[in-house]
Amino acid sequence: MAAYRNTPGFQRVLHAVKHVCFSKQRCGVIICRYSTVYDPNEKVSLIIRVIKTCKKMGIKTVAVHSDVDSSAVHVKVADEAVCVGPAPTSKSYLNMDAIMNAIKQTGAQAVHPGYGFLSENKEFAKRLAAEGVTFIGPDTHAIQAMGDKIESKLIAKAAKVNTIPGFDGVVKDAEEAVKIAGEIGYPVMIKASAGGGGKGMRIAWNDEETREGFRFSSQEALSSFGDDRLLIEKFIDNPRHIEIQVLADKHGDALWLNERECSIQRRNQKVVEEAPSTFLDPDTRRAMGEQAVSLANAVKYSSAGTVEFLVDSKKNFYFLEMNTRLQVEHPITECITGLDLVQQMIRIAKGYKLQHKQSDIPINGWAVESRVYAEDPYKSFGLPSIGRLSQYQEPLDLPNVRVDSGIQEGSDISIYYDPMISKLVTYGKTREEALKKMEDALDNYVIRGVTHNIPLLREIIVHPRFVSGDISTKFLPEVYPDGFKGHMLTAGERRELLATAAALYVAAQLRSQKFLGDLRVSVVPAESRQWELCVELDKGVHMLGVSRSGNNYTVEIDGEKVEVSGEWNLASALLPITINGKHRTLQCLLRTAAGEISLQYLGTSFKLRVLSNLAASLSKHMPEKVPEDTSSILRSPMPGSVVAVSVKPGDNVAEGQEICVIEAMKMQNSMTAAKTAKVKSVHCKAGDTVGEGDLLVELE
Amino acid sequence: MATYALMRSSLGLLHGLKCSFKSVGQIPYGAAAGAITQAKGLQNARCYSVNHLSVQERIEKKRKAALTGGGQLRIAAQHKRGKLTARERLELLLDPDSFVEYDMFVEHRCSDFGMEADHNKYPGDSVVTGQGRINGRLVYVFSQDFTVFGGSLSGAHAQKVCKVMDQAMMVGAPVIGLNDSGGARIQEGVESLAGYADIFLRNVMASGVVPQISLIMGPCAGGAVYSPALTDFTFMVKDTSYLFITGPDVVKSVTNEDVTQEELGGAKTHTTVSGVAHRAFENDVDALLNLRDFFNFLPLSNKDPAPVTECHDPRDRPVPGLDTIVPFESTKAYDMLDIVHGIVDEREFFEIMPNYAKNIVVGFARMNGRTVGIVGNQPKVASGCLDVNSSVKGARFVRFCDAFNIPIITFVDVPGFLPGTAQEYGGIIRHGAKLLYAFAEATVPKITVITRKAYGGAYDVMSSKHLRGDVNYAWPSAEVAVMGAKGAVQIIFRGKENQAEAEAEYVEKFANPFPAAVRGFVDDIIQPSTTRKRLCRDLEVLASKKQTNPWKKHANIPFTGP
Repeated sequence: MAAYRNTPGFQRVLHAVKHVCFSKQRCGVIICRYSTVYDPNEKVSLIIRVIKTCKKMGIKTVAVHSDVDSSAVHVKVADEAVCVGPAPTSKSYLNMDAIMNAIKQTGAQAVHPGYGFLSENKEFAKRLAAEGVTFIGPDTHAIQAMGDKIESKLIAKAAKVNTIPGFDGVVKDAEEAVKIAGEIGYPVMIKASAGGGGKGMRIAWNDEETREGFRFSSQEALSSFGDDRLLIEKFIDNPRHIEIQVLADKHGDALWLNERECSIQRRNQKVVEEAPSTFLDPDTRRAMGEQAVSLANAVKYSSAGTVEFLVDSKKNFYFLEMNTRLQVEHPITECITGLDLVQQMIRIAKGYKLQHKQSDIPINGWAVESRVYAEDPYKSFGLPSIGRLSQYQEPLDLPNVRVDSGIQEGSDISIYYDPMISKLVTYGKTREEALKKMEDALDNYVIRGVTHNIPLLREIIVHPRFVSGDISTKFLPEVYPDGFKGHMLTAGERRELLATAAALYVAAQLRSQKFLGDLRVSVVPAESRQWELCVELDKGVHMLGVSRSGNNYTVEIDGEKVEVSGEWNLASALLPITINGKHRTLQCLLRTAAGEISLQYLGTSFKLRVLSNLAASLSKHMPEKVPEDTSSILRSPMPGSVVAVSVKPGDNVAEGQEICVIEAMKMQNSMTAAKTAKVKSVHCKAGDTVGEGDLLVELE
Repeated sequence: MATYALMRSSLGLLHGLKCSFKSVGQIPYGAAAGAITQAKGLQNARCYSVNHLSVQERIEKKRKAALTGGGQLRIAAQHKRGKLTARERLELLLDPDSFVEYDMFVEHRCSDFGMEADHNKYPGDSVVTGQGRINGRLVYVFSQDFTVFGGSLSGAHAQKVCKVMDQAMMVGAPVIGLNDSGGARIQEGVESLAGYADIFLRNVMASGVVPQISLIMGPCAGGAVYSPALTDFTFMVKDTSYLFITGPDVVKSVTNEDVTQEELGGAKTHTTVSGVAHRAFENDVDALLNLRDFFNFLPLSNKDPAPVTECHDPRDRPVPGLDTIVPFESTKAYDMLDIVHGIVDEREFFEIMPNYAKNIVVGFARMNGRTVGIVGNQPKVASGCLDVNSSVKGARFVRFCDAFNIPIITFVDVPGFLPGTAQEYGGIIRHGAKLLYAFAEATVPKITVITRKAYGGAYDVMSSKHLRGDVNYAWPSAEVAVMGAKGAVQIIFRGKENQAEAEAEYVEKFANPFPAAVRGFVDDIIQPSTTRKRLCRDLEVLASKKQTNPWKKHANIPFTGP
């Protein structure tokens, strides 16, 4: 909440609260929660978001929940809570009678249907109308029209919204292909209609290339598929995903609230978003906004919605789809426009006219959103991870930082849940300021117990290409062609990290000599002002000299001196320290008696080992532990469930042959043999739930 | 007195001379020659030593010899096995420059089988003893030297060990033994056995007086194993340490079992199967550094309070995660360690026997800087029920805490004792009684938190109010009852048609903390997130607790083992 106040945009929201129209007697809005086995935290966080606005508007809220969710966060923050049944969703969240009863019982005047089944259910809308209860959100017919990919494209075309131009059918000869390409406009993509995905796709930038592309593709179409139809479509080079937020009332008025740039994606899921986009000029912005509004008008849309576009390098834009719900990334629009979208949705639902004119909609400052996921960014930019949030602390004490989340310390992240932890939004007068704030916020965000993607987020926002605005939806695979490997330390950063670890080690050593109270036998601490330490990092070994005065440590590394000072609260997850005069926030993830120290530095966690010179010199006698032969052992790379096992003991498998399939978060991953061998034993069967690192199959 | 000492020293010298002649060897008429030298030596004893080697030089020489133990070759062999030498270990274990060595000049006294030969004498013999400091606190140590006669135990070796143990008890400071010994010094025969017994006796006498810790860093076989077994904690080093009564060869000849050293008595066996060792570490360095850390939890003796270290973790820190940790379904498991980590200082928990009888969790932690012993049922393993192994594991830990003034915090989620013939035949009755006994006799501050189930006799056992629990809390999720609803209903309403309704009635009545709270069997029902704050406050109050049991020669705990 503090963050709301600090963001200039939100102050206006507070003023606007006075215009609210619901009576304050009992409850205003009932918040339903859609829940199935996939019970996305993301959606809980949106519900909490809705409740927050209602509170500001003086509207009381009722949360409905099932038996098992009675301690969920959304239930706690709502004014009242009604249990609508046992855990199975068909008996609770999807039980229309129970929800109607809850409405009657509490006297709720409006329903925010959550997301999913009931929000698109005509029957439910009808029953609400019969009771005179307001439904917050767009009309069901608009939802349905925009939910259908083909229908939405047709409607968009009719509303004169740019769609990706293309031709699908039999092309007589090369000249016809050139003609079609000319109509579409270069560059174009040519491929066999029957070929799936990007297979056999050719890109033509001029007539000559089109002719060539036609020759190859038509040959291939016939020989490979026996179907000579060709698909010629506008090729969108360096596509950016930019979307327009619209707001429409029930009186036929609509506004566009500027754009959001959501190009940083992995597997078609957004990772980092910002508003406004560095790419759009005012003309393009207006053109996109006007088309988005005309689409909203075409489907008689009312409420907040999002029109997604693909934008090519020449600023041509093409309609993708329209999202009829409040999107995860809506906060950044709120930041730059000062509008509270939930409040606007409630007003619109109540039948009020839009408060603002298009000319009132500003772009004030810059906002960036990072989606913090419980996933391992080192595996395909993010495979889900699970665990219990043993420690969780949002960086809310920083100004201009907003965190929307649906979880709390102690929450479990399981394979059944959406792995999103929160949306972290930072705001600044300029993009630079917003990004700097994001660095601080990510450094101060404490998440323990699950693997998270902060290392990746922290790297993206400081990457030169991102900073310069040179991004596209292919950013991640282009920048990290061999996969994300974490932050690469420069020599200076490496020294900072080593020095911090050494200072932390010394601080901990000194503290372990401090005993309080009267002691029968005197304690004789080893008086030492100078420590000779040996620090290991990434197999590199460094000899360090540390000297201390008070909380200040001077660390000498390879002849260079690094000054580290800080409070050294060894219980705190955060280590706010000053290194050579620069302020840095590191996190200590692990500190063991045997000198292992893990530090999160610039987002990435680094494993170090700090030993006294004596211990280090004796360590060389320690036997090397023989690492497990991984080629004959197949372990689950992530938590998930086993979909299929294709081998049994005694089978011979070839290298690369599929052994089993693990599903996690709707993603199926094929596990293959690392060598040609005989299967020794199988430790899983279809339907099993497996944890990360669990043994699946052993080869001989 | 002075004369006597002189006599002794010159005799000792003579002895050495004699040996050196003998070792040179093949002198004909050896005995006669020896006798002549002896006579001459006696006449010239004084001037001889002055003339050839000054006392100072001899001291230096002996010290140098003592410091190299069995010599460079054996040291290299020791390193090659991945093991450190006895002195390197002490250097790492103790604070820099704090080691004060005793008995560096002691040599074995065996004269059979050529042992009296000069090259068979090593100053200090096969053990390094003395005292030093760990993080500034006094500790007595002995470290067996495998490079000298394989670390075997001679009369002199035992005498050295006994000396530090005696002084440790007198002063009131812990004893740490670093074991790396091939066993008895066979050449010495019964003298060696006597030496073992002398140590065993001191282990027993010191038990409950000063903490005793054994770190097994090499072989430890035969009678030797009983010294570690008598000490409070036995730690092992993975892959390089073994504990067994008889080695694989004897096992093969007697029972015809084929078993490797590692399988028979390696760290894994003793920390997971037998429960002989309390923890295992990766290697010598890891073990010694961890031992330093562990030492900070212990008081120096039974006359000292549990140590208090500087603590940065706020005593009143709320732990929000605890409010949701206990699942709604009472059959669903959760990890008791999550509760422990959340509550204790800085999430630091030194678990004892983490891989043995995992249905109970025991170990040391700190609350606002003060050492506490934690005991908790682990719902994740066998529903947290008590069985033979977990009862014994818990009992031994509770008794250690009680002996050394360490407050005990008990987290209870126990569905009862494990049923079955295996358990009954295994003597669950008498083993369960040990845990009951331990909690009942303990006079240190005892705080109990019932997180969920506290059923049946196991409720009584787990540091209940009735066993003099000082502060007993229940979380709102607590169910204190004779048994679970299903079982109870089958008995109370036997034959009744509507079992489901009866079950609901029972749940309403008993599956909550009220029946215990209205009777004062729990002092309060607390919000889980406030547990840390409450416990820290209670421990401060209870720090001055005084309670004594009736005088007795010693109690008679139901000891008989299987």
